[in-house]
Amino acid sequence: MDWVADFWIPLIKAVVVVLVLLLGGAYMTWGERKICARFQVRYGPNRAGPFGILQPLADAVKAIFKEEIVPNHVDKIIYVMAPGISFAAVLITFAVIPFGPEVDLFGQRVGLWVGDIEVGLLFLLAIAALGSYGIVLGGWSSNNKYSLLGALRAAAQMISYELILGISLLAVVLLAGSLNLREIVDFQGTWPLLVLQPLGFLIFLIAILAESNRSPFDLPETENELVSGFMTEYGGIKFALYFIAEYTAMVVNSAIVVTIFLGGWKWPALISDLHPLAGVGLFLAKVLFVLFLYVWIRASIPRVRFDKFMRFSWKFMLPLAFVNLLATAAVVAFL
Amino acid sequence: MDISRELRERFGPAIVAEQETRDGIPTLWVAQDRFRQVLAYLKSGTDRPYAMLYDLTAIDERARTQRKGQPAADFTVVYHLLSFTRNHDVRVKVALAGAYPVTASITDLWPAANWYEREVWDMFGITFEGHPHLARILMPSTWEGHPLRKEHPARGTEMGPFRLPVEKQEREEEALLFHPEEWGLERHGEDTDFVFLNLGPQHPGTHGLLRIVLQLDGEVILDAVPDIGYHHRGAEKMAERQTWHTFIPYTDRIDYLGGVLNNLPYVLAVETLAGIEVPDRVKVIRVMMAELFRIASHLVWYGTFAQDVGQLTPVFLMFTDRERLFDIVEAITGGRMHPSWFRIGGVAQDLPRGWDGLVRDFLDYLPPRLKEYDKLVMGNPIFKARTQGIGAYTLEEAVEWGVTGPGLRACGLEWDFRKKRPYSGYEGFEFEVPTAQRGDCYDRAVVRVEEMRQSLRIIEQCLDNMPAGQYKADHPLTTPPRKERTMHDIETLIAHFLGVSWGPVIPAGEAFFGIEASKGNTGYYLISDGGIHAYRARIRAPSFPHIQMVPEISRGLMVPDLIAILGSVDFVLADVDR
Repeated sequence: MDWVADFWIPLIKAVVVVLVLLLGGAYMTWGERKICARFQVRYGPNRAGPFGILQPLADAVKAIFKEEIVPNHVDKIIYVMAPGISFAAVLITFAVIPFGPEVDLFGQRVGLWVGDIEVGLLFLLAIAALGSYGIVLGGWSSNNKYSLLGALRAAAQMISYELILGISLLAVVLLAGSLNLREIVDFQGTWPLLVLQPLGFLIFLIAILAESNRSPFDLPETENELVSGFMTEYGGIKFALYFIAEYTAMVVNSAIVVTIFLGGWKWPALISDLHPLAGVGLFLAKVLFVLFLYVWIRASIPRVRFDKFMRFSWKFMLPLAFVNLLATAAVVAFL
Repeated sequence: MDISRELRERFGPAIVAEQETRDGIPTLWVAQDRFRQVLAYLKSGTDRPYAMLYDLTAIDERARTQRKGQPAADFTVVYHLLSFTRNHDVRVKVALAGAYPVTASITDLWPAANWYEREVWDMFGITFEGHPHLARILMPSTWEGHPLRKEHPARGTEMGPFRLPVEKQEREEEALLFHPEEWGLERHGEDTDFVFLNLGPQHPGTHGLLRIVLQLDGEVILDAVPDIGYHHRGAEKMAERQTWHTFIPYTDRIDYLGGVLNNLPYVLAVETLAGIEVPDRVKVIRVMMAELFRIASHLVWYGTFAQDVGQLTPVFLMFTDRERLFDIVEAITGGRMHPSWFRIGGVAQDLPRGWDGLVRDFLDYLPPRLKEYDKLVMGNPIFKARTQGIGAYTLEEAVEWGVTGPGLRACGLEWDFRKKRPYSGYEGFEFEVPTAQRGDCYDRAVVRVEEMRQSLRIIEQCLDNMPAGQYKADHPLTTPPRKERTMHDIETLIAHFLGVSWGPVIPAGEAFFGIEASKGNTGYYLISDGGIHAYRARIRAPSFPHIQMVPEISRGLMVPDLIAILGSVDFVLADVDR
């Protein structure tokens, strides 16, 4: 066994990726507060450090030092476990996403991804669906009516949107001819799939918004209606875990959008003689752009009503995704 | 034909007496056994009927000394009806005898009477036979006594120290439990168990201390039971111990977003009692301040309504605009939300130098912002989907339930006190009364947004035509009195001294004054017994009937719709509970 190539390099990659993701999730809260504030004629956090840059740290310290309260009426084991499930699922998802090409680092060939598996896309869908368990279980075990309603919404939302997500990705698979995310990125060497699949991209974007419970589809949480939805009974670090899971999920989901539709770390046109590490920078820039979209949407539009949203998903989005799939299949078969 | 003659001819001896009041509203005392027929006739028998139960309240007459010409009574129940077709009010009084009298309920005539009768029972201990569920409404169910009775203490110091032993705390907590059976609600359906969701009193969507218990099938609302009173401060009781002058700050806090819009009906009612005619400058200053506060109130509503349907940004933009407006209010009055700035017979000070520049800037500033909000909020397709067709009621229902203000105009009735019964000089202003047709959440919003534009028009006219003159009436009851002559003759000095130390002595009588406030019609029904404070002050608050109606329009909808309805109704809990 080659210890360096098979053990140390993957381990280091995994640790670095997890740390970067955690930091990204934490700083996403800061970024959102800052950007939202600019939309809303405010300053946002600006007390902790320059530009409030230390705010996420301050928040983390606060959350950790808060008293750990487990209400009497909850199902204790599941109640404590649920935020962890959400959080773990988010971290695992990123494992299959390539964030750069293969590069020479310290005399080693290193692929800039954690795991390169043939069924990467399937893995992605499976783990993403797992994350919703954290929400459903958390809401259920809280033994609170608001939490329960939030959890039910989350469950219904998950079933509807996983389906649409999957079908819109099938069209991509047809074109790229692979479930491997690295190969899907390679396929986008000339043009990002956004150009070939504009409709699929839109469907996917809406589905991923719903998947990450973000405005206008933040229905399991809906402050105005359900107080805090599934996390009403959570406080302290457990609440923070849900929170950071949500924001890390945003980062991860943006990375998925970038990988599948925006060409990953590749330049859109035919510029290929750049340093491979520049690809990582490009990947980051694209992710930041998608994250900005998230915040932009949240700051701009109201929330849809839950039942209308379900109707929209089953009666409009799903048929549309099928049409897109059939059209793509026809193109692939006859051209 | 004159309504009192019509009733006399029809009901003969059942009309016991007709009372002279300062406000000129025909006030008829009706025998206790016939008053239901009289009310029914007024509601639907007479041509151009008095369709709206505008207010229902009671008076504890036992300590009143000046009741010349009124039949003997220990308690009086007062029914105030309003006719839109006649643009006329009528007041029906029923004399009751005994310490805890019993009378008949009129909930079968007007469903809106439900809460009003509960309030009267809660406050006076008068029982209404035939009421579906005569429970306390403003006070906690464990309260002992009925606060607005004259023997009930008004101050904490009259009550003995407050103690909360564990048993009492448990009893109080127990009393807050909701028992569906008491309200005639089923726990189980044919093949489902219903969820009872306790929404509030602490809930982000209720804009204050409002508790609504929802009977849910899934997320569909089968029925709702609002529980109010968490914001009850006994303003009407306080009016009985504060002087006429020192009660003004309390009025600000009734509809706490309306500021001087609350002062206005109070001082107008007192001025009606006192017979004070205010100078033109006072009228125009009052109109300008009232319209500024109408905009301030509507801006808060606009932002929070958008927030209620899940839009995060507008509320910040609109609060920012409101800050600009408060800058003007601060420059003129020194206060912001609760300036307490109107006085009996005038306003507190003259306008400061430079006020016109501030107002002019605001008139230039707001219209483009409103245009932007049209695109941001009103034109947003998701916003429309959330509000159109939601929480709709017809004009008939609105009248039946006592809805006034923008909620009434959203059903297509062009009814605005500023036009129909101009007060404080509104007849001299050019503006339109916006209406809409469908009476749903969206249309209520449309009306309010347009009202802001019309208010700007009125303010501009105030700015262009501000008359010169005094900011206080030259009348002995003006409070505080004008001081110029106090050092020159002893009579004025004495009047000033008494006016400042005691406050004015308002001649005995009764007067109601209603105005078009931001949430609907706010009215003060004041009774003076010839003293330095009100014998009874009834505050007819618009939010009270509006909240009573919420279950009617939310049945069959979902929880998010309820939040949208609450947002579109635009209530203030302090206005509901007083």
